[in-house]
Amino acid sequence: MSSTDTPIAEIPGDTLRERIVDDLRTYIGADLVDSLVKPGDDVWVRVSTDAWRRAGVALRDMGFEYFCFLSAIDWMPSPFGKGEDDPTAPPPERDDTVRQGYAGGATRMQVLARLVHPTLHVGVNIKCDVPDAEPVVESWVSVFAGANWHEREAHEMFGIGFAGHPDLRNMYLPTEFEGHPLRKDFPLLARMVKPWPGIVDVEPMPGGSADEEGDAE
Amino acid sequence: MTSTESLIDRRQLAYIASQAADARLNVELETEGMTLNIGPQHPATHGTLRIIAHLDGEQVVWAEPSCGYMHRGYEKLTEVRTYPQVTSLVNRIDWLGSFANEVPFILAAEKLMGIEAPPRAQWIRTILFELSRIANVSLFLGDLGVQLGAVTPVFMAFRDREHVLNLIEGTTGGRFHPNFDRIGGLKDDLPAGFIDETRAVMKTLRNFCTEMEDLLFGNEIFQSRTRGIGVIPKDIAMQYGLSGANLRASGVDWDLRRDQSLPMAWDKVDWKVWTHPDGDSFARCWIRLQEVRESTLIVDQLLDNIPSGPVMAKVPRIIKVPEGEAWVSTENPLGEMGYYVVSKGDLGPFRTKIRSASFNNISIVPWILKGVYVPDIITILASLYFILGDIDR
Repeated sequence: MSSTDTPIAEIPGDTLRERIVDDLRTYIGADLVDSLVKPGDDVWVRVSTDAWRRAGVALRDMGFEYFCFLSAIDWMPSPFGKGEDDPTAPPPERDDTVRQGYAGGATRMQVLARLVHPTLHVGVNIKCDVPDAEPVVESWVSVFAGANWHEREAHEMFGIGFAGHPDLRNMYLPTEFEGHPLRKDFPLLARMVKPWPGIVDVEPMPGGSADEEGDAE
Repeated sequence: MTSTESLIDRRQLAYIASQAADARLNVELETEGMTLNIGPQHPATHGTLRIIAHLDGEQVVWAEPSCGYMHRGYEKLTEVRTYPQVTSLVNRIDWLGSFANEVPFILAAEKLMGIEAPPRAQWIRTILFELSRIANVSLFLGDLGVQLGAVTPVFMAFRDREHVLNLIEGTTGGRFHPNFDRIGGLKDDLPAGFIDETRAVMKTLRNFCTEMEDLLFGNEIFQSRTRGIGVIPKDIAMQYGLSGANLRASGVDWDLRRDQSLPMAWDKVDWKVWTHPDGDSFARCWIRLQEVRESTLIVDQLLDNIPSGPVMAKVPRIIKVPEGEAWVSTENPLGEMGYYVVSKGDLGPFRTKIRSASFNNISIVPWILKGVYVPDIITILASLYFILGDIDR
């Protein structure tokens, strides 16, 4: 790996993505909190919570008419690890600092959506913080009709509310289900009741060196 | 372009006029609504999709699919598994084209690690990807006949799909769940005799396509039950995030195999993206038929010049993926299948968002079934083509 840092603007195919960020800034101004462009790969933008719907409208007007998906990310590390703890031993110490990913963030949960430009074939990953105290963001249903089911799924899996959604019923789970399964503090019960046999998969083979080349089975 | 748009407009106008006439009649006769429950177990639905339809006479007032009968929580399960273990989960999402499900996940992990599979592995991946598409969509074509009351096509489809499954089994060892893709390449090389046998099978499949075209698509009953039924305009298709043949049938010229650069071999061969301006059930089925034929041609060309070399890049035995986020999607048999992988530098993903094609494709059902007649529910659902595992994940 050479350590020469190539200036981003010199890599072809990336001025297009830089322009997308600039264009979005002219639409929503300071509500575009942070952005990250990976040259020739993808672009991430983070908008303020209040501007979530406005950013969706702005991107649609910019030509990003294809609604790919909408979901959420819980950035808190799981207090259960991978569910491979010894139940008889005291629970191990775990780092529980919340570290957000690309384009930063300030809250535990973030909403994430992806829109694609149908003729330029370029997508935008758009994120916004979900307030910890009251996890509600604006609904995108009036902007992209397809967001309806995705918001229902995010609502039941993460407990995020979508203001203005016509019908936030559960998508998969029974109506009386308690908890939000994709939150990190929701334990995976199958792992809790029975040790996971797949753990041996990543242990070094007896007598073999750890970085030995070969298939991973 | 304007002529095709006016065609859709004309159809929609005729449709609205017929609805208005029926509505007037209903007001005069004061009919009462009725709720029809299709599924979860019903011979006309594939798997366990339940549709609740409220009817007024023969017309649907509203319809709502009810999902979750096969929800397996793969997004949660990926968080407690290692990267190599995830492929055995995700190839159960769309179980008719399993290998195609593994590829975007592996590509996302490779993207985060900054490695690329050797050319030979990329080539074989593309061949197996297209074989999965052929196996998947040829069964769709047969199943389509069953939905419309024709029994013969499904036997033909099972007969010829068998050859493709044999090829996949011969290479990977699994007929339905190959679990063959690895980070950095493939588990094994092609078996001896694969190339000659595949060529023969591709010829058989092309004959199958021609047979289907004559038997099913040329059939008057088939045409009258699908032409002009379930029209999805371009902008609605985009809003709902329809993908694959459903999107191309609405006149959007967009194929992820062509329109993005991936470390795969599609850009090395000559092929065509089929589109259809009508957006009706017939167009969706017709596009899929053309795509099977196109896939056989892609495979034939790829077989001509498979590069030599290893099928596995040098990767550490214990795979740790550096911190970062990556999105990779490919044009799977059902449409756009993508994975948004968040890594924290661990042995397994921190979060995986699985964007499956059928989830978006089926989310249009409440919109499209509004106002259609009861027998058309089945043909529209069949033409949208979904796999239950791909909706519920």
